Amino acid sequence: MIEVRFHGRGGQGAVTAARLLAEAAFLEGKHCQAFPFFGAERRGAPVVAFTRIDTKPIRIRTQVYEPNHVVVLDPTLLEVVNVAAGLKRGGVIVLNAKAAPKELRIGKIATVDATSVAIEALGAPITNTAMLGAFAKATKLVSLDSVAKAIRGHFRGKLAEQNIAAVKAAYGETAVMK
Amino acid sequence: MKQALTGNEAAAIAAKLARVKVISAYPITPQTAVVERLAEFVANGELDAEFIKVESEHSALSACIGAAATGTRTFTATSSQGLMLMSEMLFVASGLRLPIVMANANRSLSAPLSIWCDQQDSMAVRDSGWVQLYCENNQEVLDSVLQAYRVAEELLLPVMVCFDGFILSHTAEPVDIPGQAEVDEFLPPYKLPNPLDPCRPVTMGPVGVPECYEEFRCMLQEATRASKEKLIEVGRAFWKHFRRRYGLIERYRSNDADVLLLTMGSLGSSAKDIVDSYRKRGEKVGLVRVRSFRPFPVKELIDALGSAKAVSVLEKDVSPGSAGALFLDTAAAFINVKRAPLMLDFICGLGGRDVSSLHIREAVRAATRAAEIGEVRKAVRWLGLREKLVGLRI
Repeated sequence: MIEVRFHGRGGQGAVTAARLLAEAAFLEGKHCQAFPFFGAERRGAPVVAFTRIDTKPIRIRTQVYEPNHVVVLDPTLLEVVNVAAGLKRGGVIVLNAKAAPKELRIGKIATVDATSVAIEALGAPITNTAMLGAFAKATKLVSLDSVAKAIRGHFRGKLAEQNIAAVKAAYGETAVMK
Repeated sequence: MKQALTGNEAAAIAAKLARVKVISAYPITPQTAVVERLAEFVANGELDAEFIKVESEHSALSACIGAAATGTRTFTATSSQGLMLMSEMLFVASGLRLPIVMANANRSLSAPLSIWCDQQDSMAVRDSGWVQLYCENNQEVLDSVLQAYRVAEELLLPVMVCFDGFILSHTAEPVDIPGQAEVDEFLPPYKLPNPLDPCRPVTMGPVGVPECYEEFRCMLQEATRASKEKLIEVGRAFWKHFRRRYGLIERYRSNDADVLLLTMGSLGSSAKDIVDSYRKRGEKVGLVRVRSFRPFPVKELIDALGSAKAVSVLEKDVSPGSAGALFLDTAAAFINVKRAPLMLDFICGLGGRDVSSLHIREAVRAATRAAEIGEVRKAVRWLGLREKLVGLRI
């Protein structure tokens, strides 16, 4: 089973990102589970959401304590949240940042300037879909096509296409470091 | 068709598939999305129903009672404080024998205010005369709402389909959505025997004088007891139509188990993984999950638990000054039975506290220990409690 933790701030779409990732995996014939950390979400406050992906039905419903991978939607979260907490060996931290910060020396790090990508593609710094593109590139767990399909299932028309553009641009720009 | 759905979405889609004609509800976390989705279905023409907007849950259920009294298929949804505000009308609905179906996304009660999950809300109204079903996953939420209408309408009893707030209501996972034609076949339209009808006036729920009130209560008790057989029968019919099996309880690797976990709702799902891990090491651990809390499956639990050495009950509710409701009823089931397992009660997961794998293992270990020494030193315990915060050694 693969467990992924998303860190974001209320309004950036971390909960939606977790669900889109689950649905993308589901479209590839896998079992999935996506859920928010059951907190009192407010715009701007740190938010956590989770995705589980497996080849067999998923029964465990506890919170995720030791994720395989972590996705960080907002660079300022690094100062307030230990995003690497519990990260499994060999896991990737996919980070919205212009460059990998020196203090993060755990596991593999992938970075993309998702804020710029989102502003370019959507006209707003909503980084969730861009970060899914980065996640797809860094982990190869889901294909770009499946992410695009999952997005079309959630958003309509122009909004869907803008988000898919963000996914593709971020996929292209993501740098994966050892 | 399989789709990733939250528990709230599954409940709303089930109500739509049941072709409900009247919906009245008031939004409350974590159930809000049920009502939102249904309002959308009605607004965009996908569902031909009347959505009655109200100012409170008391009025929501009152509107449902009025609608159901005319013989209309009626649905509502709520949580927590909303259910408390409905409580007066819950007894009216069951007393009038109206087949209303409600989705209750389980949430703790104030004070202190908590929007998170436990099952104290529906436990607080367990004596309201509603059938109570507790779901383990989102598929079961959808399936239980469909089955609930069959049970409700064939016995004239209201049914509450309970599912853990957030843990199911906000979690997306694959759900098989049956086709409308299949559902229509399983759940045909129904006819209330004596509906409210301006052309044929009747009085409903007048005074029950001492000469007859007790008989009404007795009839409600007998109908609820009979709903056990009905739930089994409807479960069989559901299997025939949809190939998914449901009963009053679910047994998981329990037949030869020395130590059993007993729980309700979404905890059953995580507990199955824990059971598997013990089984891998050759330890005879199993799980029994109560799906129907009202009616309470006494005979089924005696069969399922009777040959175990010890049972740990995991439950998200407590009756202060006594114990958890599931524990109490299970213990009572074994009265006058010769062979009973030792029983421990673990109060856990209150107000959204995560019940982790470690906690579930602790409950298994405690039951194993009780089985070894042949006694229970402390029957009611708390799991995952921050003892320092309480300032007591519990």
